[in-house]
Amino acid sequence: MSDTPKLRIDGREVTFRPGVDLLTACIEAGVMVPHFCWHGALGSVGACRLCAVTVTENGRDRIEMSCMTPATDGMEIKLRDPESEDFRARVIEWLMVNHPHDCAVCEAGGACHLQDMTVATGHHARRARFPKRTHRNQDLGPLLTHEMNRCIACYRCTRFYRGYAGGRDLDVFGAHDNVYFGRAEDGVLESPFAGNLAEVCPTGVFNDKGWSKGYARPWDMMHSPSVCNGCSVGCNLTISERHGRIRRVENRYHGAINGFFLCDRGRFGPLWVESDARLATPLIRGAEVTPNAALAAAREVIAQGAIGIASPRASLEANYALRRLVGAERFFAGVPDAEAAQDAAIVAALASHPIASLKDIETADAALVLGEDLTGHAPRAALALRQTTRAAERALAAEKGVPHWLDNAVRVAGEGRRAAVTLVTPLADALDGVAARALRRDADAVAAFGRAVAAALRGEAAQDDARAVAAELAAAEAPVVIAGAGLGVAGTVEAAAEVVAALPKARLALFPAEANSLGLALMGVAGGLEAAAQARGARPVIALETDLEGTPLAAAQVVALEALATATTAGAQVALPVASFAEAAGTFVNHEGRAQRAFAARPDGPPAAWRVLSALGGLWDADARVDDVLARLAEDLPVLAGAAEAAPGSGTKPCAARAPRRYSGRTADDLAGRVPEGMPPVDPDGGLSWSMEGAQGAAVDPARSSGPAEDGLHSPSAACLAQAYVGGPLKGGDPGVRVIRPGMELARTPDAPAHPAEGLRVIPLHDPFAAHPSDRAGAPLAERAGRPVMRLHPEDAAALGLSEGALATVAGARLPVVCDAGLPRGHVGLPAALSRRVPARIDAAHITPEDVQ
Amino acid sequence: MIRGIIQSLWEVGSKLWEPKYTANYPEVKPELPARYRARIILSRDPDGAERCVACNLCAVACPVDCIDVVKAEAEDGRWYPETFRINFARCIFCGYCEEACPTAAIQLIPDFELADYARSSLIYDKDDLLIAGEGKVPGYRYWDVAGKALAGQAPREGQSAAVDLKGLAP
Ligand code: SF4
Ligand code: SF4
Ligand code: SF4
Ligand code: SF4
Ligand code: FES
Repeated sequence: MSDTPKLRIDGREVTFRPGVDLLTACIEAGVMVPHFCWHGALGSVGACRLCAVTVTENGRDRIEMSCMTPATDGMEIKLRDPESEDFRARVIEWLMVNHPHDCAVCEAGGACHLQDMTVATGHHARRARFPKRTHRNQDLGPLLTHEMNRCIACYRCTRFYRGYAGGRDLDVFGAHDNVYFGRAEDGVLESPFAGNLAEVCPTGVFNDKGWSKGYARPWDMMHSPSVCNGCSVGCNLTISERHGRIRRVENRYHGAINGFFLCDRGRFGPLWVESDARLATPLIRGAEVTPNAALAAAREVIAQGAIGIASPRASLEANYALRRLVGAERFFAGVPDAEAAQDAAIVAALASHPIASLKDIETADAALVLGEDLTGHAPRAALALRQTTRAAERALAAEKGVPHWLDNAVRVAGEGRRAAVTLVTPLADALDGVAARALRRDADAVAAFGRAVAAALRGEAAQDDARAVAAELAAAEAPVVIAGAGLGVAGTVEAAAEVVAALPKARLALFPAEANSLGLALMGVAGGLEAAAQARGARPVIALETDLEGTPLAAAQVVALEALATATTAGAQVALPVASFAEAAGTFVNHEGRAQRAFAARPDGPPAAWRVLSALGGLWDADARVDDVLARLAEDLPVLAGAAEAAPGSGTKPCAARAPRRYSGRTADDLAGRVPEGMPPVDPDGGLSWSMEGAQGAAVDPARSSGPAEDGLHSPSAACLAQAYVGGPLKGGDPGVRVIRPGMELARTPDAPAHPAEGLRVIPLHDPFAAHPSDRAGAPLAERAGRPVMRLHPEDAAALGLSEGALATVAGARLPVVCDAGLPRGHVGLPAALSRRVPARIDAAHITPEDVQ
Repeated sequence: MIRGIIQSLWEVGSKLWEPKYTANYPEVKPELPARYRARIILSRDPDGAERCVACNLCAVACPVDCIDVVKAEAEDGRWYPETFRINFARCIFCGYCEEACPTAAIQLIPDFELADYARSSLIYDKDDLLIAGEGKVPGYRYWDVAGKALAGQAPREGQSAAVDLKGLAP
């Protein structure tokens, strides 16, 4: 037997990875076997029977389901065999017996796997002469539509929702040919990953409701590669636009980060860009003015020197332009000192330990989570950790000889074993149900527990549960330790690093608060907001995408650069609208220190923040591009030199086409003969065109690609074709460049402030659907987000004279009180965004009950 | 040479007795078959509702890309075009849109008199396109056969009554 196993597909010899199923082997060899129920991340179940191929053995042919058959060395199969071709055509025909005749009014039409497969088999006329089955549809909330008549019973939805994402409220009902996929009754789908159903379902049963409301056919939209701004994970997105309006966000496969799935915050959050919560025009003290007047006024305000408040949500380019404008000494982060210090600590820890990507978390076999509410703070990482919890099940199944791709069989054979995943958090966690151990510790005791585990690993004395956790981690092949800024306490990051230092095989995953927190920390800041307030003197402030309301800088003279209208822009000396993350090219550094480029997803947005800053300070020529900013950044700050390589430069030829080849309606408005009116806009920063001119599909490098486009395959189900192997990196390499490297030179660490020792300990309450005010500005997420509340232990609440539902004011915010016995005494839970604006402990006297009339 | 001149005179002169082909357009309008492909209209269902469901298939079939349709959705789930625009300065009257249309909404009719002095007048919007009747395809209603029910719509021919999921019968 040869080393690499081989099989023959239609006479062509190909190699395959040992241990995979036949369907995977074919897809990895570039042969798309028609399929419905098989999914790159969900494995095989054999529900649809479409993947039939002819297997030839000892000169005799037989039909087998390729997804249920292990690929073996020397196998000979035929796809283009009349018998299996006919078999597949019949499968399609009987699936279409009950399928409606409604592609015309189906959002999936044009990017529908069922449509692709049906067209491919040539089925176009109905022979069945009996009534079609009719199902009742459900209202599943603001994010998804439901049109059950289109279902082909592939079970992908329940396999994803229940098996992969741990949801409970979507299930399969009914019997025989009446099976029904939905909820027990109408209602909002609860999982924060429900939006993935729109892509997982190979038909149009579940569709993106927001897209449906501002609909354009998939072939009619310009698709731009982007990076999610919703948290520090940095999932890759494809944002689609038509007629100047962003209409839909879809997953853009990235092998090391988001894989096939996004969280709902990432999928529906970017739609706020189209809301009227935008800062639409330049303002001087709240009055609308022309851009030139605003620029002149802003120049005047900052003429005597200003301090700069940078944003951990803004791109490297924007922050660097601000840094150049105000100088490194007056460059502060728009976060509290404590958070700025913690971000620097995260960079330091990542630079000296092996870093875990989401893929590393997913494939780990043990995990220790110190203080993070992953589901709320870095949702996609929680989905990855859910797969970690199945590691023991997978191992047992493998021991029994069950192939890993037979997902249902693995679940049975795994006997429900849980991998050694330990959560150490102050509050009940969404992952408690799947973790082997869910430990409750006060916020300030989490880091101590981590240090105890590290001590136990080093063989020192430690309490029992720390020793037990240490023993499990030490026994694991690939453990990960997870911490971050989610709990808002100092010390968890260092404790996690200590554990990893004591574990030779471990990797470290640290989640800072925002999409570019690490980029800003790598750039180096002189401090956070408190430090800025001290250093300011009487100087004005340039606030980049930072709302200063409720901070020590609220009283300053402000030039605000914002995409969102805030209290600061309303009161600022000058407020200048800038592009949101979806409207300009920009580079962001995610939790693993990977610099990734997002491209403009709308041709006509406001100017990029760095262009406005450049105009204010004469930093670059008027025709400068992102490349020029990054080149200068690399000179100034060599640690960030890698940012320029995150994607090919803007001059790259051929450029990548945003529009699909069949983009329609281009000449519906032009007055024939007057060509300039029809000229597409030019993107100076992208190496991408705003038209169908340029490279498409597989000809585009992964960083500029908005998904594979193969002839005859248009749906997200074709994503596997762009992968080096199913579930692996993209062909041509996963985009992005790690800029945090072992032993790198670190920027100056801002001083961490001393914590007040008295008062109620603040615990951030993370909402998976609303991390930032902008999330509540977009319609779909606003409806889904929970209402902001203050949580108190009932006895603490009583001591403060508060009862359930009463209103209380803290740090200028009015919040209803929720009494929660699950909260430790002496703690107060506040919405995460607010908790970052208050000290780690607040005096009970600062929580003032409000009389409700 | 003389022979040549006489032959030409003869050939031209003989045409004097042939029947005349000249059409007295525009005084006399030509009679064109109903299938003649000229000005495009949008027709209505037998019950008077707009036929077009804004599926954009006509737009994508159009080889010169001169159709632009924007989808909107009514309360009852019915899709309809919020705007529907055809640029007749670009249209080549190929009829592909009509062939692509699943609802028989878009139809080419024999009225070819579209000339205008201003190109901008050749951009037709929904108001200019929508007619009162069913056009060439009487009796057809897409929603009867679509399989996607509108709110309050009773099951149509070819559809079963809604499935009872709690029934145990095999
Ligand atoms: S699910 Fe696909 S095949 Fe079915 S109506 Fe929608 S687009 Fe057409
Ligand atoms: S709803 Fe979609 S994903 Fe679920 S079984 Fe039906 S076709 Fe498959
Ligand atoms: S996990 Fe974070 S980066 Fe990924 S989609 Fe969700 S919010 Fe965006
Ligand atoms: S005219 Fe016909 S093809 Fe065109 S959008 Fe309307 S229904 Fe679709
Ligand atoms: S893909 Fe093999 S049976 Fe569905």
